[in-house]
Amino acid sequence: MTTTASAPNTTRTGLLLRVLPVGMYAGRSRALVERSLLVNRRAWLQVVSGFFEPLFFLFGLGFGFGKLIGDVVGPGGETISYVAYVAPALLAASAMNGAVYDATFNLFFKLKYAKLYDAVLTTPLGPLDVAIGEITWALIRGALYGTGFLTVMLGMGLLTSPWAVLALPAAVLIAFAFGALGMACTTFMRSWHDFDLVQLALVPMFLFSTTFYPITVYPEGVQFAVKCFPLYHAIEVMRALCTGFVDFSLVGHLAYFAVMAVVGVVVASRRLGKLLLA
Amino acid sequence: MTTATRAHVPATPTAVWLVVEGLWAWYRRNWRSSAVSSVIEPVLFLLALGLGFGSQIQPSAATGGLPYVQYLAPALVVASALQTAAFESTYPVLAAFKWKGTFLGVASTPITSTQLALGQLLWIFLRLSVSSVAFLVIAALLGAVTSLGVIGSLFAALLAAMAFAAPVVAYSATLQSEGQQFSAIFRFIVVPMTVFAGTFFPVDQLPAWVRPIVWLTPLWHGTELSRASAFGTGEFFPVLGHLAFLVALVVIGGHFVVRNFARRLEV
Repeated sequence: MTTTASAPNTTRTGLLLRVLPVGMYAGRSRALVERSLLVNRRAWLQVVSGFFEPLFFLFGLGFGFGKLIGDVVGPGGETISYVAYVAPALLAASAMNGAVYDATFNLFFKLKYAKLYDAVLTTPLGPLDVAIGEITWALIRGALYGTGFLTVMLGMGLLTSPWAVLALPAAVLIAFAFGALGMACTTFMRSWHDFDLVQLALVPMFLFSTTFYPITVYPEGVQFAVKCFPLYHAIEVMRALCTGFVDFSLVGHLAYFAVMAVVGVVVASRRLGKLLLA
Repeated sequence: MTTATRAHVPATPTAVWLVVEGLWAWYRRNWRSSAVSSVIEPVLFLLALGLGFGSQIQPSAATGGLPYVQYLAPALVVASALQTAAFESTYPVLAAFKWKGTFLGVASTPITSTQLALGQLLWIFLRLSVSSVAFLVIAALLGAVTSLGVIGSLFAALLAAMAFAAPVVAYSATLQSEGQQFSAIFRFIVVPMTVFAGTFFPVDQLPAWVRPIVWLTPLWHGTELSRASAFGTGEFFPVLGHLAFLVALVVIGGHFVVRNFARRLEV
């Protein structure tokens, strides 16, 4: 591997390229994004359908549930319609789901069955290129879905504050953090059966992180546990931005995701390096 | 086929049971992941939506005057049986034809393609029965079950799930490889059906033009039957209509399963 890894050394100019261990990063993750783009041209249905799932939930839960429940208390203590309450949470949840499924199921397939990365690493690309390239593609997809969902929300009159322009970048950051962590987890998986653990983490988080009802439903101890879930913070961010009740706590929530993203990328690229270059 | 070879063909019930046994032998080692998706997930939905979300809802005419969790439970058993059925009818069937090749193996024994097809359907039915009973027992422990009519709900769930499984198995048996068909089934049929077909809220809250689409789904018929049984609100003709629709789907779907298995396995 040393001969192939030393090839990009001649072009190492940036700080990142100089401080990273030899062979980890060649600054060519772009090539992997390009590959995903080419492959997904043929799987457009899968790409497009990802946009519809949260919409079904929005219409179904928003309107159906909405009529059962009427109005609820929003982030600022103000009464808002149930659909306005649920929509930002669904946006956060779909950012999570999209990123995690892409970083787990798809990545595992490419890693174990398609042997894609074994092929990639015989070229000058390193494990960090793989990690960054795959996450970037997931984020491009996530940003597309987020844009679509926000457009629908705008059309339904659910975006009541100018802060909502920040909802898209926030969704991308959230997806980045989940995608990076999901990728790190995938490198530890042994078989498809380990994916029920992914389900076991995602489904309860989706259901219990104040997506459908306020946190005050829970007793104190449970409230604390819910506040540890990353999705809870994602939903807080989205609800604040979409309704305009933004305060300093937003920084705390965003810091949560920044840490999660860094941990995810570091673990994922190290583990990928170990799996693929060992 | 000559009479000499026919002498070795096991009687159909025996052969069907052998197929089920074969599927069980694999499942015995791999049941863990399906326990998560077919029992734990619906229970989580019941907790989160029934109890959590339900705490925000006043019992009203829309929920039949019941607490939301009790309104939800008989429908949720149907919805989760259908979801499990959808999964069991897609990837495992194609895998047995293509990736694992187990069906090709069975086809090389005296078991006929019809017996294999029936065995596969019976296996799905048994799988669903176990997870549905498990879900209902947990729902009863959570206080979400109102009466013994819930036994009728169990049958409604199994009938509706098989009414969905049979046509899907028939379709899966025709596929040569998984492109995007299964994802499309889940995203455009299973998910919208779960959200809109009356599980979480009454169908009459939907716009009028959506309702005829809902009437075409086995889930809606199963849910109507299940609630009618659980709450004792069933009327003769509607119940008969729902039953007829679901039985028809099972029979027609079953016919195509048998036909498509034969086409693929018999040379």
